[in-house]
Amino acid sequence: MRYLPKSPAEREQMLAEIGVASIDELFAVIPADRRLTRDLTVPRAHAESEIIEYFRAAGAKNATDYASFLGAGAYRHYRPVIIDSLIQRGEFLTSYTPYQAEISQGTLQAIFEFQTMIAELTGMDVANASMYDGSTGAAEAVMMAVRVTRHHKAVVAATVHPEYREVLATYAKHQGVPTALIGYDAETGRLDLAALEAAVTQETAAVLVQSPNVFGVIEDIPAIAAIAHNKGALLIVSIAEAISLGVVRPPVEADIVSMEAQSFGVALSYGGPFCGVLATKEQYVRQMPGRLVGQTVDSSGYRGFVLTLSTREQHIRREKATSNICTNQALVALMATIFLSVYGKEGIRELAEHNLAKASYAAQTLSAQPGAKLLFHGAPRFHEFVLQTEESPEQWSKRLLDNKIVGGIDLSRWYPELQNCTLWCATEVITRSNIDTAAKVLAAWPVEA
Amino acid sequence: MTTDEIIPACATIGKVRPHPTQNEALLFEKSSPGKRAYKLPPLDVPAVDAASLLGAAHRDVPGELPELSEIEIIRHFTRLSTWNYAIDLGMYPLGSCTMKYNPRVNELVARIEGLAEAHPYRPDSLAQGILEVIDLLQRCLLEITGMDAITLQPAAGAHGEFTGILLVRAWHESQGNARKKILIPDSAHGTNPATAAICGYTVENLKSNSEGGIDLEALTRQVDEETAALMLTNPSTIGVFESQIAKIAEILHAKGALLYMDGANMNALVGKTRPGDFGVDVMHLNLHKTFSTPHGGGGPGSGPVACKAFLEPFLPIPVLAGTKGLGTEGLAANCQLHWNYDRPQSVGRVRAFYGNVGMFIRALAYILANGPDGLRQTTEDAVLNANYIRAKLEDIYELPYKTASMHEVVFSDKLQAARGVKTGEIAKRLIDYGFHPYTVSFPMIVHGALMIEPTESESLEELDLFIAAMRAIAREVEATPELVKTAPHSTRVSKLDEVQAARKPILRWRRTA
Repeated sequence: MRYLPKSPAEREQMLAEIGVASIDELFAVIPADRRLTRDLTVPRAHAESEIIEYFRAAGAKNATDYASFLGAGAYRHYRPVIIDSLIQRGEFLTSYTPYQAEISQGTLQAIFEFQTMIAELTGMDVANASMYDGSTGAAEAVMMAVRVTRHHKAVVAATVHPEYREVLATYAKHQGVPTALIGYDAETGRLDLAALEAAVTQETAAVLVQSPNVFGVIEDIPAIAAIAHNKGALLIVSIAEAISLGVVRPPVEADIVSMEAQSFGVALSYGGPFCGVLATKEQYVRQMPGRLVGQTVDSSGYRGFVLTLSTREQHIRREKATSNICTNQALVALMATIFLSVYGKEGIRELAEHNLAKASYAAQTLSAQPGAKLLFHGAPRFHEFVLQTEESPEQWSKRLLDNKIVGGIDLSRWYPELQNCTLWCATEVITRSNIDTAAKVLAAWPVEA
Repeated sequence: MTTDEIIPACATIGKVRPHPTQNEALLFEKSSPGKRAYKLPPLDVPAVDAASLLGAAHRDVPGELPELSEIEIIRHFTRLSTWNYAIDLGMYPLGSCTMKYNPRVNELVARIEGLAEAHPYRPDSLAQGILEVIDLLQRCLLEITGMDAITLQPAAGAHGEFTGILLVRAWHESQGNARKKILIPDSAHGTNPATAAICGYTVENLKSNSEGGIDLEALTRQVDEETAALMLTNPSTIGVFESQIAKIAEILHAKGALLYMDGANMNALVGKTRPGDFGVDVMHLNLHKTFSTPHGGGGPGSGPVACKAFLEPFLPIPVLAGTKGLGTEGLAANCQLHWNYDRPQSVGRVRAFYGNVGMFIRALAYILANGPDGLRQTTEDAVLNANYIRAKLEDIYELPYKTASMHEVVFSDKLQAARGVKTGEIAKRLIDYGFHPYTVSFPMIVHGALMIEPTESESLEELDLFIAAMRAIAREVEATPELVKTAPHSTRVSKLDEVQAARKPILRWRRTA
């Protein structure tokens, strides 16, 4: 009970001042037959040292010394030390949503800076204070487009992260937004533009694409935007790998950008917490969900920041709100803000170029091995690529694991037509030696006589 | 008003003295080209020409990110941090938000390399450690709630509500009729009606009775064959336990409707009673409230959803399989845990991957630190603290509902409003006394509400300081109401112009020519 700041005598004193004989009197309102009269069957109280020991053991069981080529919406990048130094300041860590602006200026200014950075990177006018993650952000963006256009259908690229599409399906189902799925060009791995053109109608609220897409291929955003806008639909671009914006042209033709900012200094943490964020054009901001921080002045004319445009939100509008979102990912957005301050204008480009170089070397080296080839040609990629092997991934991945390497993700789990195809990711933390070892293992394909 | 008039009043209770804070511009205003806070290792593979590799997709114009050195970044965010109030500085009695202490060992264990660096798509065989953590947390939460099945996927409380109502909907659909409406008491959080709406339900308001609870007659009248569920916060937002809870569940179940519990106030119940034992069919928890994960300035949260067995087939995919019940054995599960995606009746996914896993680790560390005794004592202390504040303030602040309080107490500003001072102004004056304000003007069933939730984390000393501050403000309302109405007086910025912020929104910095 080391977290409880009271002595037994103090508890007695307080009960006396309240005017009750025992603590149980304060719980008397709970019907007797519904009270829990036994101890909870949870583990006994542990000493701090035991807690650390338990989690260290769990961490060790997870295996830490593997090089990993896993990506697909969760990316391992180097995290500068000062991120954790700063976000663990109690004033950031243990405060809440900055409703009381006068004593929350730190959080408010940091969010304003985050909104600015995201707008700058995505080429949009404004960004919100964060969403849960990239998947829910994309779903919320589609609902936002429905409100803006008053159309009620969505067209979704099959090259959007499959789990993002599943989340969208869950959201769309109950809001009466039918979605049509558009396939990809088997040659380039890009969205099939002819199919898109055929699918977008006057009833389409949104076209949702991802770029770089789930195969790591950069979509032709200007061409897609033209098709969407021609029919009065909004274009939503989902970005799962935020680092790409250091070197990839931002989707300025989009109406809404839904980004997963995990790559900006956020640990993988087995998939969360991550940091979604929506950015959009100025004219759509009142239909955007989530918190927004705005600049204003105090009564003496000093600059200050407040939560603003909250008439969009659930605590004011209740069932007519743009979304039910309340708590978002503020501390994770702060990590991203610090990360972007560390790398800055030049660093983010240099970092993205290192990713490009690693992936380029990895793609060349791995696809040069016997029985292996690169899938999708003719369109630019960022740091992920699809490798097709004659040997089944199940086989070679075992050999890779023996060499302490986790290879690419088997794409057939989502795309049954992509048998023996794996999605590989090489960020700046992958070394040449990791790549060369993986290549050697792939080459050691035991060809049966 | 001069400082001499303002400060001594607050200083008398002994909580605050003025202290200078540093000024700090925006990052962008401090930037200058060529400054660096990073250094990449030498590239060990051939460099590439990005422009020719990417062609038309190459970014030619970089985003306007700041260029700074490391010390400037440290100072920037440290200075900003000093402009925030926080639990670590003092009592943060924001009702409904449960601003309790966030143990630091939670932060340490969430950063253990094998857990923090685990990729969500690593093979299950390489993820047994983290899966065991998830499994143990799930089993603990099921035991605490008395429910049968759980998903940890939802990212926050409102997201949990969404998931829970989807379960309700899926179950009704499986019975042949999704039904049309959700009943929501007028005392509910705004997220409840917003959630019902995005799940495709119409919201029907349920008026509270004179005690602030569910009016059983109104409930009986309003529940019909088109009612999918009642969304009930218990204890309610006025901090009162629904003593008729079993009857409420009965009325709903008789018409085939379900009972959804908003678990925002679960911290008043842990170890004392279990929703699963009083008729709840499905509920969410807020790990950032009851289970001490940090609020972080507005997230990340985590909103697990627990349900009865009949709703289990509808849980979001994937679900953790290979788990066994919570016995009194040690911590280890000793079996091969894995994710099961083969769930034909599932409502689908509500989030990519498995949820805010970093928060699961922290919540489990909290449960382990407390054990059964600690969890019960925590609940008791939270209720003790709220009742202590009630007893010490009810003579000078109007208590609209006299029903027994649990973990929070809701006053109204009736007595002070008679002198022209409203709850929002009293709240701002609390800042001068060194406290974060309580929740203002919520719940809506109390006109001019002061919603105070001390949590268990406050010592008697801090509670007495808070009570002294509230009493001093009540006196100021009588003697010098202007002093209260123009508060806060001691902050870096005075009252901010919210109207201007909303009328001409400036939502980002832009370089001025």
